[in-house]
Amino acid sequence: MTKFEYSPAPESTSIVDIKSEYGLFINGKFEPAKGNKSFETINPATGKPLARIAYATNADVDKAVNSATEAYKKIWSKMPASERGKYLYRIARILQERAREFAVLETMDNGKPIRETRDVDIPLAAGHFFYHAGWADKLDFAGLGNSPKPHGVVGQIIPWNFPLLMLSWKVAPALATGNTVVLKPAETTSLTALLFAEVCQQAGLPAGVVNIVTGDGSTGAYLVNHPGIQKIAFTGSTEVGKGIARAIAGSGKALTLELGGKGANIIYEDAAMDEAVEGIISGIFFNQGHVCCAGSRLLVQESVLDEVTTKLKSRMELIRIGDPLDKNTDLGAINSKAQLEKIHELANSGDQEGAQRWSPQCELPTDGFWFKPTIFSGVAQSHRIAQEEIFGPVLSILTFRTPQEAVEKANNTPYGLSAGIWSDKGSKILWTAQRLKAGVVWTNSFNKFDPASPFGGYKESGWGREGGRHGLSAYVKVVK
Amino acid sequence: MQTKSPELVHDETSLKQFLLKLSPVDQVGVDSRAAMLGTRSIKNSSKNLAIDLAIRMVDLTTLEGADTPGKVRALCNKAVRPDPSDSTVPHVGAVCVYNDMVSIARAHLDSIGGKDVPVAAVSTAFPSGRASQAVKIQDTQDALDAGAGEIDMVIDRGAFLAGKYGQIYDEIVLIKSLCGEKAHLKVIFETGELVTYDNVRKASYIAMLAGADFIKTSTGKVVPAATPSVVLVMLEAVRDFYAMTGRRIGVKPAGGIRTTKDAIKQLVLVKETAGEDWLNPSLFRIGASALLNDLIMQRMKMRDGRYSSMNNVTLD
Repeated sequence: MTKFEYSPAPESTSIVDIKSEYGLFINGKFEPAKGNKSFETINPATGKPLARIAYATNADVDKAVNSATEAYKKIWSKMPASERGKYLYRIARILQERAREFAVLETMDNGKPIRETRDVDIPLAAGHFFYHAGWADKLDFAGLGNSPKPHGVVGQIIPWNFPLLMLSWKVAPALATGNTVVLKPAETTSLTALLFAEVCQQAGLPAGVVNIVTGDGSTGAYLVNHPGIQKIAFTGSTEVGKGIARAIAGSGKALTLELGGKGANIIYEDAAMDEAVEGIISGIFFNQGHVCCAGSRLLVQESVLDEVTTKLKSRMELIRIGDPLDKNTDLGAINSKAQLEKIHELANSGDQEGAQRWSPQCELPTDGFWFKPTIFSGVAQSHRIAQEEIFGPVLSILTFRTPQEAVEKANNTPYGLSAGIWSDKGSKILWTAQRLKAGVVWTNSFNKFDPASPFGGYKESGWGREGGRHGLSAYVKVVK
Repeated sequence: MQTKSPELVHDETSLKQFLLKLSPVDQVGVDSRAAMLGTRSIKNSSKNLAIDLAIRMVDLTTLEGADTPGKVRALCNKAVRPDPSDSTVPHVGAVCVYNDMVSIARAHLDSIGGKDVPVAAVSTAFPSGRASQAVKIQDTQDALDAGAGEIDMVIDRGAFLAGKYGQIYDEIVLIKSLCGEKAHLKVIFETGELVTYDNVRKASYIAMLAGADFIKTSTGKVVPAATPSVVLVMLEAVRDFYAMTGRRIGVKPAGGIRTTKDAIKQLVLVKETAGEDWLNPSLFRIGASALLNDLIMQRMKMRDGRYSSMNNVTLD
């Protein structure tokens, strides 16, 4: 009898209509960049081009900021809060209605599996708009102080790992609190932001309330330094985040930064082991490990190291890697050539520093950018792969002997974004959670997100919070 | 208490210690893993293969007070030739009946060319398990004498919940000794009454250590029954027990699996938990009655490219 293998089950791409060229979204309309400059966006799973994207010049960014300023002064700041809320609800519903289109487009542009865009990215993005829509007319009661007021025009720069989701984390609270927006998506993943621009048109959002300028790091840098911006929200690397903090110091601009991480995932010997192994898998292989809060440092109690490693390896053999559009794919493509090179470079440093690399037997597609799910055992705190953010499907396994040592090792990092604790013992979980210096601590779960739950980092993982009431406070000025 | 695996447990104390050392089960984690596996998309040739595999795994069941010889014979006909219009449809895994129907089923199966289809008898005061040991022994012996090739015994859930694990263990050993080489032993937990996944894991190990050939979720008389999460926990148990002892124990979900989609989800759980070796009627069965016709209808749909009327599928 033949084996029960899953036949290919690709999601159809007929639902998306990818144009050959995309303009900038300024003042409610699409327009080409000055001088018709553009760049290519590709499908990282195939390496084939998808479209050309307008490359915003400084003059284009000026125009976008002006349009956001006019919209703020003339329309958005004068509109009753309940009316603002209606637009957000409308956007949320349209995102749900067009969920499949967004999921397919996101998968094509980013390389992440359709299972994740369909079940995580897009439903959560809609969830953020629904959540913040409810706050729009209730800000006085959000516990932020007396009559919170918007900043005005906010500049937002988002990364490529969760393109639409990070857009929603930024745009939804900004609009709910009465700000207008100039958003710059990541260079490699602009398409869903531009489809979102169509959603803004479809929702009848007043022109200029949301403006989207596509480009690269220099576009972002110009936006950050623009005098017409009152607040910057950035998600991305710690290096760029530090640069932004330096650039706007003394300018009076408000700033939130959501930066890198090297999350510790702590497995105690009394953990529910099968579920802990699932948690390790979702901690590091969710979204190819392109997750700032990934559980990329596994801290295992030494007494169960062999059991955990054995179970983890057999579970990794089951990871289905390949066509991101296939509904049964678990691990998709690395987002870009540059990122793939960075992952290779750090993984090679693991080999050189004496850690043991292991990957399951699996074939990688020949085109596009791919990296096998990988674990390193025998990793020491002093190894680069224990200290630096790899931002790929690479897990470093370290051990500890006591809860005290687990906490010390977990906190021994310049970052402090996330951590996980696996134990069946409530008192030990609470003891540990209280001592971890991380913005998010998951217990017996990992990489779970909710719009009502604030997200953000300690130390070099960032400033401020996104989501929940804490996240709202970043978008308002409070007169005491 | 005498044990079959003296290297693992040798008396009630060591059995309790063994059970205490089992890793706990996290309910939220199990449910989310089972739900994720439920999203697997099975199409085209893999669906064809899954449907035929599922038909071969069905323990076609009738366990009603109203069962008659006529009803049981009809069930046997269905078991041997599930789709009279298509001779390529395989026969089911077994026919499952109460013990007084075993001889009727066995004789009829033999007379219609169904010698390969075993008769499974529910036993030990099914479904509640509330009877004296003498009655449970006689119940099982009757079924064996009548030609049952498989015994589906229930555990005493009262004893389990009272912590009398040694008693459960001993009863399984006893029934297994009656079965000998003649019959396979399936041990039914009634997971809907054990309630927690930790209990399901404990019961799985008690049964496996005591010599069960199969562990089975439910009687079909209690809801919830064979939920994907419960089956996942049991598949993890047989996988880990194999790693521990080199013995492969079968799994039989029963109760609530009515559609092809449900059945295929079960096969996905098997493939991605216990592994390919278990994708075989000798190690995985599905206790069901209505499921078979849905499998046949889906099989027709795959063959003809359109859905058929239920009138084209024989009732029994």
